[in-house]
Amino acid sequence: MTLFIVSIVIFSLVEWLPGDFTKAILGQAWTPETGAAFEREIGLDQPPVTRYVNWIADVAQGDFGESFASRVDYRRTVAELIAPRLANTLFLASLTAIIAVPLALTLGIMAALYRNSLFDRIVNAATLTTISMPEFFMAYLLMLFLSVKLHWFPGLASVDADTPLPERLMRCALPTLTLTLVIVAHMMRMTRAAIINLLASPYIEMARLKGLSKSRVVLRHALPNAWAPIVNVIAFNLAYLVVGVVIVEAVFTYPGIGQLMVDAVTSRDIPVVQACALIFAATYILLNLTADIISIATNPRLLHPR
Amino acid sequence: MGNDNLKQSTRAKGEILLEMRGVMIEGESDDVWHQIVKGVDITLRRGEVLGLIGESGAGKSTLGIAAMGFARPGCRFNGGSVTFDGIDLLAATDEERRKLRGSRISYVAQSAAASFNPAHRLIDQTIETATQHGIRDTSSAVADAKDLYGRLRLPNPTTIGSRYPHQVSGGQLQRVMTAMAMSCRPDLIIFDEPTTALDVTTQVEVLASIRAIVEEFNTAAIYITHDLAVVAQMAHRIMVLRHGKLVEEAPTREMLAEPKEAYTKSLWAVRKLAKEESTSPDLILKVDHIDAAYGNAVKILDDVSISVPRGRTVAVVGESGSGKSTLARVVTGLLPPSKGSVQFNGRDLPSALAQRDKESLRRIQMIYQSPDTALNPRHRVYDIIGRPLTFYHNLRGKALEARIIDLLKMIELDETYIDRLPGELSGGQKQRICIARALAAEPDLIICDEVTSALDQIVQEEILKLLLRLQAEFDISYLFITHDIATVRAIADEIVVMNQGKVVQQGLKTKVLSPPHPAYTELLLSSVPEMDPDWLTNLLQKRAAKTK
Repeated sequence: MTLFIVSIVIFSLVEWLPGDFTKAILGQAWTPETGAAFEREIGLDQPPVTRYVNWIADVAQGDFGESFASRVDYRRTVAELIAPRLANTLFLASLTAIIAVPLALTLGIMAALYRNSLFDRIVNAATLTTISMPEFFMAYLLMLFLSVKLHWFPGLASVDADTPLPERLMRCALPTLTLTLVIVAHMMRMTRAAIINLLASPYIEMARLKGLSKSRVVLRHALPNAWAPIVNVIAFNLAYLVVGVVIVEAVFTYPGIGQLMVDAVTSRDIPVVQACALIFAATYILLNLTADIISIATNPRLLHPR
Repeated sequence: MGNDNLKQSTRAKGEILLEMRGVMIEGESDDVWHQIVKGVDITLRRGEVLGLIGESGAGKSTLGIAAMGFARPGCRFNGGSVTFDGIDLLAATDEERRKLRGSRISYVAQSAAASFNPAHRLIDQTIETATQHGIRDTSSAVADAKDLYGRLRLPNPTTIGSRYPHQVSGGQLQRVMTAMAMSCRPDLIIFDEPTTALDVTTQVEVLASIRAIVEEFNTAAIYITHDLAVVAQMAHRIMVLRHGKLVEEAPTREMLAEPKEAYTKSLWAVRKLAKEESTSPDLILKVDHIDAAYGNAVKILDDVSISVPRGRTVAVVGESGSGKSTLARVVTGLLPPSKGSVQFNGRDLPSALAQRDKESLRRIQMIYQSPDTALNPRHRVYDIIGRPLTFYHNLRGKALEARIIDLLKMIELDETYIDRLPGELSGGQKQRICIARALAAEPDLIICDEVTSALDQIVQEEILKLLLRLQAEFDISYLFITHDIATVRAIADEIVVMNQGKVVQQGLKTKVLSPPHPAYTELLLSSVPEMDPDWLTNLLQKRAAKTK
């Protein structure tokens, strides 16, 4: 349902994009006649409502249509264009998530455990720094030091389908590191705050008065009740890894879906833009749904009714 | 169990277990440190139960936890010593103190619902202390916990542990917490108002369970409460605290028979306030055969009819869940009933709030249990009292201010309070402001929902006296919802007893309070603790005799 509403919004927004698609494609060859002929060929002469209904009916059957831009010389479907790019983006996102989520949780729990200690202050200062730096700036900094000066990692992350896994990991190192730094801060701070927020509750005082150790108080008594806010922030950040990576992709020239969408907007390739936007929306909805389900699953009040 | 016997035999009764000397604790608020406990001495022998009583803010809880060498976050010790069984707790390391807590000194908190971790099963929380301190292994701890559940007379002692805290009642939770505190057979248990949040009928059972198990294991205890009658049942010796200092200390019977200090006597006096009842045929409110429910759920009110005479007080008593507050919501129009009607001043009131006109809104006002949540913390007294004046009487400017000062005088506060924020007032003063806000509308009927429950006994008395004076002056009727029988004696003309959404009994105060009673009224009235230290023992014997 949500996706359906989103699809209407996407379609309308794309409709309002300024500029004429035919002019962008045909370039020098554009005359009013060739433009009109081209519009007829790809169905752009139809009224918007008809086009929307056709599009959404096709999408519902898994057919995202054909890319407009591909028509001029050879035919390519939108799915063909997107699939490898999406796979790349998901690869980068998973890699980052595998590193960032456990790291953030560990740091957050440790910071809550040793609140106001030197460790806590250092972690807080560091995450505050990474959270406030623009990501492209961080990307260039990392590139400058780790790639240009130290030659540890390649500065560009151009991979294709044939790149072997070790090589691929190596090339993805810098983008992964950049993204990790960006999202760890957010998740770690939320973990810390969620746990500290609970430390004032009577059952934590009770746990302390039972003579339990500090780590047991935090891990067994605070953490299980802190999952709901933490999971929501994790979901938000994972969605960002798919949806918001365009800048990092651009800096490292990584062939992901973000780049594809930007290119498609520039060339007014409407079906590709719409498909990308729909994928992004679906990612958000799916991850948030997962977060909600986990929140419910970790709440004994909802799980075990009276 | 061999271990237990060994432990039991090494315990010699009478030997000094806990010694607190000149304990000073200060607390921080808004960067200012102020003294909470100002040098108190406590000596407690093995197997002895000491009652600590006093008003809120007297430092009872702080002192109780201090016996574990613990200060709440934002508090710290700044003098004195706490010696437990020869160990100086304040000089001990964190680790040494941690090892004593739970195993040799344990704690039972006031709100069991908040003090149990919602995420874990009861049994896991009960055995945690014993297993974590390495006193028992898991299986023997589970067996022991079930045994304790049984001794505390919990229903289904073998299976209740697999429930989560939200799945059992408040009285049961409080007993599970006592089992948790007992799990290591500690030398000392601190009971911090363990029955304050419970209904009287539940309270009796919990008190009996706690007393029996403390005697059985010869455990020393510090029993903290503000309720004299309760402490009289539980303690061998009573200490009265005020403003962080000791007022008076004596064995229980001596203290009850002849309190020496004026302050202690004033605590005793509150319970003696009683209003002369009278009635009037002129009805201001008539609730006629009302049914009500939230959503499509079970009926909360089932065929309830009550009437309130003009200028009189009708007290609605019953336990939580009896439908008292729902009745108030129906009268105010917040919850339209599914059946029946409400007549006000001889006319039918529209059932929903939105359909009532301003005039009928004005004539019914409400005062709530907790003035902290009923007052907007960002509004000054001027705005709080001024709003109904502007809304109902269209007062502005000078006239408005004069009327606010009038109202402040009626509630015995002077005009300097007009610019205060609720945060700058005491609990009793806040409740007075709530009363002034209700008075501002010049109502015929005020619904008082547990208005004195959150207040200390002395403040309660002042508020009740104020309400009575206002009633005499302005001929206001009160629908007074409460679970406290002493309050009913003090203020009511008529009483309505409710249980499970039904009216059990109603009539003039003397008639309802004197026998013969319907069974439920009997249970409710007999459960109200009395100052007699033998009350609980006698009551239990009487009830046991009856069931045989």
